[in-house]
Amino acid sequence: MFYREAGQYKTTYAADMAVFPIRQDRIGIALILLIAFVGIPLTANEFVINSIMVPFLVFALAAIGLNILTGYTGLISLGTGAFMGVGAYACYKLTTIFPDLNIIVCILLSGFFAAAIGALFGLPSLRIKGFYLAVATLAAQFFLQWCFVRVPWLYNYNASGAIEVPQREVLGVIVTGARAAPEVKYLVLLSIVVLLTWIASNIIHGRFGRMWMAVRDMDIAAELMGIRMLPTKLLAFAVSSYYCGVAGACMMFLWYGGGEASDAFNINQSFNVLFMVIIGGLGSLVGSFFGAAFISGLPTLLKFGLPAIGIPIGGAFAEHLTHIFVGGLIIFFLIVEPHGLARLWQIAKQKLRTWPFPY
Amino acid sequence: MSTALPGETLLAVENVSLRFGGVRAISDVSFDVVKGEIRAIIGPNGAGKTSMLNCINGFYHPQEGAITFKGVKRPKVKPHEAAVGGIARTFQNVALFKGMTTLDNIMVGRTLKMHRSFFWHLFRNGPAMTEEIEHRRKVEQIIDFLEIEHIRKTPVGKLPYGLQKRVELGRALAMEPDLLLLDEPMAGMNLEEKEDMCRFILDVNNTYGTTIALIEHDMGVVMDLSDRVVVLEYGRKIADGTPDAVKKDQTVIDAYLGVAH
Repeated sequence: MFYREAGQYKTTYAADMAVFPIRQDRIGIALILLIAFVGIPLTANEFVINSIMVPFLVFALAAIGLNILTGYTGLISLGTGAFMGVGAYACYKLTTIFPDLNIIVCILLSGFFAAAIGALFGLPSLRIKGFYLAVATLAAQFFLQWCFVRVPWLYNYNASGAIEVPQREVLGVIVTGARAAPEVKYLVLLSIVVLLTWIASNIIHGRFGRMWMAVRDMDIAAELMGIRMLPTKLLAFAVSSYYCGVAGACMMFLWYGGGEASDAFNINQSFNVLFMVIIGGLGSLVGSFFGAAFISGLPTLLKFGLPAIGIPIGGAFAEHLTHIFVGGLIIFFLIVEPHGLARLWQIAKQKLRTWPFPY
Repeated sequence: MSTALPGETLLAVENVSLRFGGVRAISDVSFDVVKGEIRAIIGPNGAGKTSMLNCINGFYHPQEGAITFKGVKRPKVKPHEAAVGGIARTFQNVALFKGMTTLDNIMVGRTLKMHRSFFWHLFRNGPAMTEEIEHRRKVEQIIDFLEIEHIRKTPVGKLPYGLQKRVELGRALAMEPDLLLLDEPMAGMNLEEKEDMCRFILDVNNTYGTTIALIEHDMGVVMDLSDRVVVLEYGRKIADGTPDAVKKDQTVIDAYLGVAH
């Protein structure tokens, strides 16, 4: 009734090719951005920002990265955690070597190192596909993780072997380090995520996005259209790893505030992001956000939400319960809709367009 | 039925042999395709017709013989190089990009004609968008031509078979090829769909002057459409000529109907 495109005529190809061709969608996005940029920093407390919003945004970015590779180009990767690690260590080295460089620039630049490493480990993708490629990227995961522990230059020869996030200011406001306000960190992270999501959407809706999807759906036909496999696949690896790298840098600098990478960037993290992409919806940007919200938000919600409404659980029991619950929900969602939450969202929108008169 | 133009040779296949281990898929086949004609390749199942097309667009590399395209003898070409050279094709079992819409599928056919760099595509507005719109206009012409306006935004995986074949033709046309290879464009279609497809093939040939080489089992279609026919059996060429001549050829009749021993 209120979500209907009747009467919205498109008179140019540009209008027809817009990412949000329906006016209500544009209003919705504007509203979400308004809430995210203004509403949440003003109203939310430190807990909501630090434990819910920041992890959600970091994982959304990583999920977009993996979705570009797995969802759009059809190449499975289990090296996401390691590529995130490359971003984090690259950012750490950049801040050490260029202490005066703007920290946001550092974070965005660190993605390029991840992109280079990602493209390197993407080389086998020309010859191998599917599960075999997954195993090849697993090699990247273990090799890079080994480097993070064994190459002391990466963590500046710290005795602890951890990344120590320095304090950095942008325009006089402390952005990273122990004394940075959570709202500031959140806003910086949000800006990065919004910018990169916009860019990802641009790439995907253009020629390169179509080339990736063509490779995913039918590589033989794609080759006949003049698409060269190696550059296309390597580009997907590079762009994907760039996003993962930036997500990793954000994770260390705007969320954890330092720590040992062997914990943060291990194989579990790779699987975590892969689950987000699968549950959110392969080949869907909005699905990346859904998946990230589901996997990163739900445990927190269960852990702190259940006691809040009067169901007393605590300690290890809460931990185990969330595992059971999340696992059950994953199975439930995959049975109900194997194409992920994004497809559910699409169906809901479709239903809403004809509601309340579906005929 | 258009008449054969006494034009220059676009594609020449000379003494091509293709083996897979001990299996001889094609032995010593020669034929040519003249610019502007519709050339049919027919033969019983397993005669090596599709293998021949695969040789022409670079999926297979024949062990012997040479393929000359546009007057240049080609060493081992890769499929994407054949595409750059101007060869497009459709497949026997539809090879569309199933997750993408009709529009996107045909837009992929324009890939080679688009040149804006990755950098511009980061922003979508500006030069990249101008180029997209320019090609969208060309794609809409093809959509008009093939009468598939109503399925423009439908994912092709959901389309019925006949329409999928039509979209695949559209995708090949979007490449503006010099030589269009059609591998059984009529397979599995009903009469009406076949007639539509024939009309499109003739129109493509007439309007754009595209040279077409097609494989087809429906003899009525082949005899009506094509200017010249080459007949293969067990990887060998057994006849070559106008449809009427081929129809009367005793070896062709024997190959199709069997011969009494």
